[in-house]
Amino acid sequence: MRLTQGTFSYLPDLTDAQISAQIEYALGKGWALGVEYTDDPHPRNTYWEMWGLPMFDLHDAAGVMQEVTACRAAQPQKYVRINAFDATRGWETVRLSFIVHRPADEPGFRLERTEDRGRTIRYTLHAYATDKPPGRRYG
Amino acid sequence: MNDKAKQARDAKERYTPGVIPYAKMGYYEPDYVPKDTDILAVFRITPQEGVDPVEAAAAVAGESSTATWTVVWTDRLTASENYRAKAYKVERVPGSAEQYFAYIAYDLDLFEPGSIANLTASLIGNVFGFKPVKALRLEDMRLPVAYVKTFQGPPTGIVVERERLDKFGRPLLGATAKPKLGLSGKNYGRVVYEALKGGLDFVKDDENINSQPFMHWRDRFLYAMEAVNRAGAESGEVKGHYLNVTGATMEDMYERAEFARDVGSVIVMIDLVIGYTAIQSMAKWSRANDMILHLHRAGHATYTRQKNHGISFRVISKWMRLAGVDHIHAGTVVGKLEGDPAVIAGIYDTLREPRTPENLSHGLFFDQEWAGLRKVMPVASGGIHAGQMHQLIDYLGEDVVLQFGGGTIGHPMGIQAGATANRVALEAVILARNEGRDIRTEGPQILADAAKTCQPLRAALDTWKDITFDYTSTDTVDYVTIPTAA
Repeated sequence: MRLTQGTFSYLPDLTDAQISAQIEYALGKGWALGVEYTDDPHPRNTYWEMWGLPMFDLHDAAGVMQEVTACRAAQPQKYVRINAFDATRGWETVRLSFIVHRPADEPGFRLERTEDRGRTIRYTLHAYATDKPPGRRYG
Repeated sequence: MNDKAKQARDAKERYTPGVIPYAKMGYYEPDYVPKDTDILAVFRITPQEGVDPVEAAAAVAGESSTATWTVVWTDRLTASENYRAKAYKVERVPGSAEQYFAYIAYDLDLFEPGSIANLTASLIGNVFGFKPVKALRLEDMRLPVAYVKTFQGPPTGIVVERERLDKFGRPLLGATAKPKLGLSGKNYGRVVYEALKGGLDFVKDDENINSQPFMHWRDRFLYAMEAVNRAGAESGEVKGHYLNVTGATMEDMYERAEFARDVGSVIVMIDLVIGYTAIQSMAKWSRANDMILHLHRAGHATYTRQKNHGISFRVISKWMRLAGVDHIHAGTVVGKLEGDPAVIAGIYDTLREPRTPENLSHGLFFDQEWAGLRKVMPVASGGIHAGQMHQLIDYLGEDVVLQFGGGTIGHPMGIQAGATANRVALEAVILARNEGRDIRTEGPQILADAAKTCQPLRAALDTWKDITFDYTSTDTVDYVTIPTAA
């Protein structure tokens, strides 16, 4: 399966030139870029590991790309995403978030069902990858 | 004669039993300067033949506040000066021979805090049937911060909804399950599953799907949640289905909403026809239960569409932001339903912005400060398809739910393919927009390029390429911006 979290997961994987253009866009808006990675793809896994702090004072796309490249090299078998954070009053949240690297093989999720009262079913989403300990999940 | 004596004589004259014009009763004060705490309203008035527009405006102010048709001495037991609404400006509608805009100020103490029912009972109560006006339309309102702060507002709001769904930087995608009526719960869930698995974020019950003989509500909720969870497992995304909890009574609605919560839905839905009090109750329930609340504006066009009589949808939007809904259908511009671009822009700003300055060319008559009240996500639905993606994003921006019902389910390769076509078109246009391309002019090329690696998008573009709904809008703005040389 292909994990389709993030703004652009239905498109072919973005090239570095395309990623740079998105970074330029976010910088132009005054947003702070941050790089994050994980090997737990569960949609409720809100807190991916931060590859350093959000780059509040970095204003050129090449610098952000360097961090992306470094993170990918250090975490080749994990998901890497770029978040663009907007500190404007009334937003104060992520405005753009897209995956820029993913493991070669994505085994996906098992849906577990527990029959409950009436015809109700309790659902649990379980990522196959997380059967293994962190760091050994994607080979 | 000293001032005191003059006042006593004026008061005696004013309260002589009988009928005197509303303007003379104190409901027209051209020198009045509205207070920051006043609620302001602008009405479009069409007076009956021979009725003076100022008197008509004063009558509207009177009938929507303290007045009755004749003088009553009991006014003198009150600080009636404060409670009288005051028409403070009356001006002819541009380009119209018979219509006038009447600006009216209401003292804050005329209204119960935090109650849309109470506000509307005054403002749209008796006055719309008042004989001396041929037609009447509530065009816009200014809600003072002191009043805004008495409302809960949207239970979730755009920011928290996006964080909860983990979806940023693009419009959300939805579809209404079709056919509207007749599917069994099991067959209905199939439509939900296919659409969500294909790439939509949400599927939606239609407004008139409640609990009919062919599908009782519990069946629908259970099968829909199977579909939502299965699609989540196939994509690793948070998905949702708007479970319509509209019912005959509040007890029914609470029962349905609680069941929706218990089976794990992230969102429930209500129809505008349940009424303002029921909407506020469901807003409160949704805040207490971490639920996104979707409002379908069923019935609104009976009073919002015609320009001479009724209530403008921008007013309904303001009331609904106060009452507290997270989603509201607010027009598409390009689809099959009413929607002039300038009017829609004013409505979308009203729902999404922290404050909206007066902008007559978008139909906004007043500055409006929302004082931290959460933002409502507008929903664009009705006769839209993937080939219009660049126009939709250009007009509506990215904080919107785009709902392609027929445009998903009617896809020649099936529902999943229809959903995928929409998602790919959406992401391709956002990517291009962020790259600085002019999506308004380059849109068709951007979509054609994306379709090279996406057969479902190619098929969607081929199927609906010439489908547009190009009719003149009935609800349009009255003030046109004429560009001036700098």
